[in-house]
Amino acid sequence: MKYVDEYRDPLGGQRLLAEIRRCPPAGGLRIMEICGGHTHAIYRSGLDQLLPEGIRFLHGPGCPVCVTPAVRIDQAIALAHRPGCLVATYGDMLRVPGSVESLRTAQARGAKVQIVYSSLDAVEIARSRPELEVVFLAVGFETTAPANAAAILHAQEGGLPNFSVLGSHVLVPPVLRHLLLSPGTEIDAFIGPGHVATVVGSEDYAFLPEEFGKPVVISGFEPHDLLLAVLMLLRQRAEGRCAVEVEYRRAVQPKGSERALAVMGEVFEVQDQEWRGIGVIPRSGLGIRRRFAAFDALARYRGELPEAAEDAGEYVCGAVLQGHRTPLECPAFGIGCIPEHPYGPGMVSQEGACAALYRYRQPGPGQGVAQ
Amino acid sequence: MTAARPPLPRVIEASHGTGGKMTHDLVEHIFLPAFRNPRLEALGDQAILDLPGLRLAMTTDSYVVQPIRFPGGSIGDLAVNGTVNDLLMGGATPVALSAAFILQEGLELRALQNVVAEMAEAARRARVEIVTGDTKVVGYGEQDGLFITTTGVGLLPPHIDWSPNHIRRGDRILLSGSVGDHGASVMASRFGIALDTSIPSDTCALLEAVLTVRDIPGIRCMRDPTRGGFATTLAELSAQSGLTLRAEEQAIPVRDDVRGLCEVLGLDPLYVANEGKLVAVVAPEDADDVLRRLRQVPETRDAAIVGEVTDDRPGHAALRTVLGALRPLDLLPVEQLPRIC
Repeated sequence: MKYVDEYRDPLGGQRLLAEIRRCPPAGGLRIMEICGGHTHAIYRSGLDQLLPEGIRFLHGPGCPVCVTPAVRIDQAIALAHRPGCLVATYGDMLRVPGSVESLRTAQARGAKVQIVYSSLDAVEIARSRPELEVVFLAVGFETTAPANAAAILHAQEGGLPNFSVLGSHVLVPPVLRHLLLSPGTEIDAFIGPGHVATVVGSEDYAFLPEEFGKPVVISGFEPHDLLLAVLMLLRQRAEGRCAVEVEYRRAVQPKGSERALAVMGEVFEVQDQEWRGIGVIPRSGLGIRRRFAAFDALARYRGELPEAAEDAGEYVCGAVLQGHRTPLECPAFGIGCIPEHPYGPGMVSQEGACAALYRYRQPGPGQGVAQ
Repeated sequence: MTAARPPLPRVIEASHGTGGKMTHDLVEHIFLPAFRNPRLEALGDQAILDLPGLRLAMTTDSYVVQPIRFPGGSIGDLAVNGTVNDLLMGGATPVALSAAFILQEGLELRALQNVVAEMAEAARRARVEIVTGDTKVVGYGEQDGLFITTTGVGLLPPHIDWSPNHIRRGDRILLSGSVGDHGASVMASRFGIALDTSIPSDTCALLEAVLTVRDIPGIRCMRDPTRGGFATTLAELSAQSGLTLRAEEQAIPVRDDVRGLCEVLGLDPLYVANEGKLVAVVAPEDADDVLRRLRQVPETRDAAIVGEVTDDRPGHAALRTVLGALRPLDLLPVEQLPRIC
């Protein structure tokens, strides 16, 4: 893991900051970081406090936990209460509010929920506990979809009749198109999602410069990665260029990972998808193909599951998710909506803009930057 | 951000047990009002009993770790070392422990024997005796059903009075070694299917380390940053002293494998548990002396000065990040959960 430390060396960081300060963008630069991992890294390192005036981050919709529709949580809770059923899922899904409660509060009342780290752990539970029906609540972008697809293939190969996936898989490019075509969107440039691009390749983002005239730099997740990505965007601007560039070269290839894409394509097909706080976006998600219906919890438990949910998100969750508003402009932020009692999903995952800002909020005026 | 805090939830959740904000809520709203007395109100890791001609320190802790065995130790090591360390952090010499066992039906006798043998060995090394105990059995469960509560009593020398009340601006913050080892070890064991790594826990008694430095007058207070990790300890000491304990991110040692695991799981190692580390706040003129002596003891040989006390954010801890920005280091509102990607 020396690997990571190189990108944290303080001298390197100061050099990059000094270079960024040397080329201030005329008229300012509004950069949307698409990925929630970037949002978290920006607040955690204090990067937002250190950039020169005029360079602003807009937080994008790239937190998969945040955009999972409330109905999916309600369905998972219904299954976790079903006799003989166990819901396995990633840790940060537990606190996401459904229309009434979260999996965590349901669990405290006896619903059967287990945290897993990977989709294959969920398959393993199904294998070792044949008396249980194991439902894996699987959400995510192109990053996690291949692993979740692989879980279904493993379950099929292993002949496991007691494993299924309750999925909410979303795709990055369609939501960016949706954002750029919405009125009121003011984005000058993008920092592209490093992990997603590792799977799909940097070419997936060529439409941003080609169709919309927006430059994009695909970045890693260390403070230096993000500083370098900002600097690369500034250089594109200064040199009058507009292109897809890759800062995260240690992981991202132009065509992505062929194997991951093949597994994903075998199990999933593109479908219309509901995004929490945004609504249905055509062809923006992945559903399980019909020939794997036996492993699709939505097909398997059809008729037993709630089909729609009242979303309590009357605050400004959707506007925050799309970068139209900052969490500070939400009347509930930090007042009623806090991590212990989130009203909306942005306050749940550490990759949500609200939770990240709440946790790392600046100490006070004049104290932001160390002397 | 003066939050109109919602009332306590109707049922106990896992986050109430993580040592963060929700645990503090329970203490503040349930336990303190019922039991209120000056010794409890100090909210130390141990209570000090000033009796005629005798100063005693007393502490208690329950151990519920799953799995009960992990690289570098077991629940038995923790049950002795954790309680012994809570006495030592007050400056007391541990004398005796009690041990109460809650066993679930179905627990293998061999597992119990092993844990008890490890407790005996840990007690021998910490030079304490386990002098009384209790055993109860509860119904069949799905986990490795073994829970241990230990209570410890120690002798406090007359001149020792370590307390966050004595912390002053300009004091140095010492940390005895790398952070997050124990929590990372347990998590790696728990997620063993997915993660091909074995990180040893740091569980150990800090007897030698404390006895080596105890006579240095500039020691203001000590804590062992267990549940909630190093950051939670700094947040608590800041709140209790009304000052700002400010750490330098760059100076805090984190093992490469611990950092790697935390990266993968999306956790902050500063909030991950330790079971054999100490944080000492020391007057600037004595800091080098304490550091030099700690480095001569095997358990604390990687000790370092990792920050200092300021008053620019009264009652709240802060971290200077590698980029040079200052950010708050508060109690975690809820437990850290492994992230999705």
